[in-house]
Amino acid sequence: MRRESLINVLLAAGLLGFPLWAYVMNEPFLITLSTRVAILALAGVGLNIALGLGGLVSLGHAAFFGIGGYAMGILASHAQSYAPLMESPFLIEGTKSMPIIWLVAIIASGLAALMIGGLSLRTSGVYFIMITLAFGQMFFYFSISWPAYGGEDGLSIYVRNGFPGLNTLDPIQFFLICYVLLVAVLFFANRLAQSPFGLALNAARQNAMRVETVGITPYQLRLTGFVISGMITGLAGALFADLNRFVSPSMFSWQTSGEIMIFVILGGTARLFGPVAGAAVFIALEHILGGLSEFWHIYLGVLLLGIVLFARGGIIGTLAGHEVRHD
Amino acid sequence: MSLILLIEQILNGLQFGVMLFLTAAGLTLVFGVMGLINLAHGSLFMIGAFAAAATAAATGNFALALMASMAAAAAAGALIEVCVIRRLYDRDHLDQVLATFALILIFSEGTRWMFGSFPLYLNIPEMLSGPIALPGGIQYPLYRLTLIAIGLIIALGLFLLISRTRLGIQIRAGESDREMIAALGVDITRLYTIVFALGAALAGLAGALIGAIQSVQVGMGEPVLILAFVVIVIGGIGSIKGALIGSLLVGVTNTLGAVLLPATFKLIMEPATAATVGSSLASMLIYILMAIVLIVKPTGLFGVRV
Amino acid sequence: MTKAILSVRDLCKSFGALKATDHVNLDLCTGEIHALIGPNGAGKSTLIQQIAGGMAPDSGSVHFLGQDVTQLSTPKRAQLGLARTFQISALAMEDTVLQNAMLGALGAQGHVFRFFGAASKDRALREVAKTMLERVGLADMAGARTSDLSHGQRRQLEVAVALTLKPRAFVMDEPMAGLGAEGSARLTEFLSDLRQEAPILLVEHDMDAVFALADRISVLVYGQIIATGSVADIRAHPDVRRAYLGEDA
Repeated sequence: MRRESLINVLLAAGLLGFPLWAYVMNEPFLITLSTRVAILALAGVGLNIALGLGGLVSLGHAAFFGIGGYAMGILASHAQSYAPLMESPFLIEGTKSMPIIWLVAIIASGLAALMIGGLSLRTSGVYFIMITLAFGQMFFYFSISWPAYGGEDGLSIYVRNGFPGLNTLDPIQFFLICYVLLVAVLFFANRLAQSPFGLALNAARQNAMRVETVGITPYQLRLTGFVISGMITGLAGALFADLNRFVSPSMFSWQTSGEIMIFVILGGTARLFGPVAGAAVFIALEHILGGLSEFWHIYLGVLLLGIVLFARGGIIGTLAGHEVRHD
Repeated sequence: MSLILLIEQILNGLQFGVMLFLTAAGLTLVFGVMGLINLAHGSLFMIGAFAAAATAAATGNFALALMASMAAAAAAGALIEVCVIRRLYDRDHLDQVLATFALILIFSEGTRWMFGSFPLYLNIPEMLSGPIALPGGIQYPLYRLTLIAIGLIIALGLFLLISRTRLGIQIRAGESDREMIAALGVDITRLYTIVFALGAALAGLAGALIGAIQSVQVGMGEPVLILAFVVIVIGGIGSIKGALIGSLLVGVTNTLGAVLLPATFKLIMEPATAATVGSSLASMLIYILMAIVLIVKPTGLFGVRV
Repeated sequence: MTKAILSVRDLCKSFGALKATDHVNLDLCTGEIHALIGPNGAGKSTLIQQIAGGMAPDSGSVHFLGQDVTQLSTPKRAQLGLARTFQISALAMEDTVLQNAMLGALGAQGHVFRFFGAASKDRALREVAKTMLERVGLADMAGARTSDLSHGQRRQLEVAVALTLKPRAFVMDEPMAGLGAEGSARLTEFLSDLRQEAPILLVEHDMDAVFALADRISVLVYGQIIATGSVADIRAHPDVRRAYLGEDA
């Protein structure tokens, strides 16, 4: 087995084992912490498709995370107040069913990614970074100024949404939902990276001219990759909102975009389990350093600076070394 | 809506625009000359504001506070250029984004650690407070008018600096060909530090000037930074002229939109809905403007590179 | 003369005052190698770019297989069967040699938007890629990382990727550059046979290769084609000797 595969298995086992241990020890807070890791890792897996596979440095993924969150918030708030979203031309009611909420979150964030990507992929490089950041901020300001769903104060949901056959209020059951989704998406992301589409998108990242010369248009590849990426991050947003039973404009903030990117980089760009390692370390740091100092972001900043300047492969890159993917 | 109100809002927009210009000018220069995207530019804006507030609190002298803002921001800029940024010129944009994002974390938390979480206030000097009567019976705050004047003077100064001075020639040469200016015997390392510090000083000054209207607090820089990005996307990377036109466009659009859109919607909707829809749309207006520019001219109004 | 597969008519491109392409006419016919030579800065790269689709001309047209492709993008032209190799290798350096070749096969096949099955298990793609790697003599290196290849091997891979497109015409930008005597000789032999498969527009500095291979030669100087003809014609052409070989005629 390759070293990276071994690390991946250990990560997957660890992320499952830790909350199960916490369950046995009756430490619900640690289960919730693990759930956060799973959800944030999922958001990172989404970004990693754009960033790692496609080379698209998006600083606007908070837009999709927030849209997923608000998809949950809006649907659940309507269900909780028994007021339909709209009555004409056809009736749309709110819902407390997770699968439906996920589907709506995925579709809505996919549409937003199509719009943002469609515009920003007309450019590249530093323009792309600035434009994605700006569009993310647009959603942030919109969510603040639109009062129907709480505006600046956000939106609280009293009871976590339901999943057929499970008690989602039980922390370990909700964790397992998130974990299974994460593993399913990781499986998908792995298949995607090895698929013909993944081969082409990855080649377009390395050399766009090469791809054009064999008759493939990079724009279409990138836009498709960006939409898939946005959809996954949107799903993560819906779960995150459900974890907190709360959505607010802060899900749309540029810090959120930055943090999702940190998960990816901390773990190792383009590494399948990079976001999992990154999110786990981030949450652990937040928990441990945050307990030591109110100003733990300084340490995070120094750590991040160190990784960028000196350890470019991230955690998995450092542990697994540089290996060629043979087929 | 009265004409007077409209003129007032246009002036507000111009004032906002020139302040954006001070922030965007440094960003666009740094990108044009060094090819670097600097997210920590907003932190330099914040540092300027805090330096000014602290100096004003200690001395009560506003002019001194402004000088302190520029000095502090330039010093911080030079420091990070020498310690961190310099290592990033040859890296890809992703590394630049991450490293400068890390700098934001360090600067923001560092400032919170030094000054606490409560906002500071910087008072407008006596001399510049109060309204001034403009032709046509318009009463307009003198301080804001002064900001417009300062902004325009600095814009003019920057144009002269770049078109007329030795440093300007080196900057322009640096934009077109790095090896060329190295070959001409220009100390490129020093040039980069100077350009970076200059941009930082302008951002710091903007922070101080704005700080007297708003409050001075951690996190004040990033919203301005993102607007400056919008300005650069609209104006075109590396172009000072683009930055100026883009800034004014964004400033005026943003300010007028917030007033005009709700008023316009009132003509066709009931007032409560109109206010909601209008102000929500207004909050997105400059991004829509950016999207339109992207569709029409992806390189920005005055840019050449993609 | 046989039918032209690729024909350039009255092509013009200026950069400010510089006429990089000045009313260029050029034909590439079935079964031939048409060499394009000229001193540095003559505008060869600019011309190639316009033919391949990387740059739009100011005026004039490019026809390929009887179709006006002047407005078509690079990918569209590639889909029609115009294969190009680069002076400086344009390859996915982090990928394996086989992956690069399979990318070409994928482009030719056209079914790019498949998200599930592994590309490496696609037998059709693999077959094409392996065959073409074998043809250029890179079969042994299929699993190697492209960045580990020698300069010469990268040139071979460029050609292999072009072959996977099953092209109707090749545009090759200095394929011999930096190959060394033995490599050049081998590639010369290979290209000589290849012309039967599809004609080649060959930009090349290596005059031995050009004189050995070319059925026709066009000489580009300051954006203009000053002469077109057989090897013997060009060798004897006084303008060419003056402008290109730097001799006083």
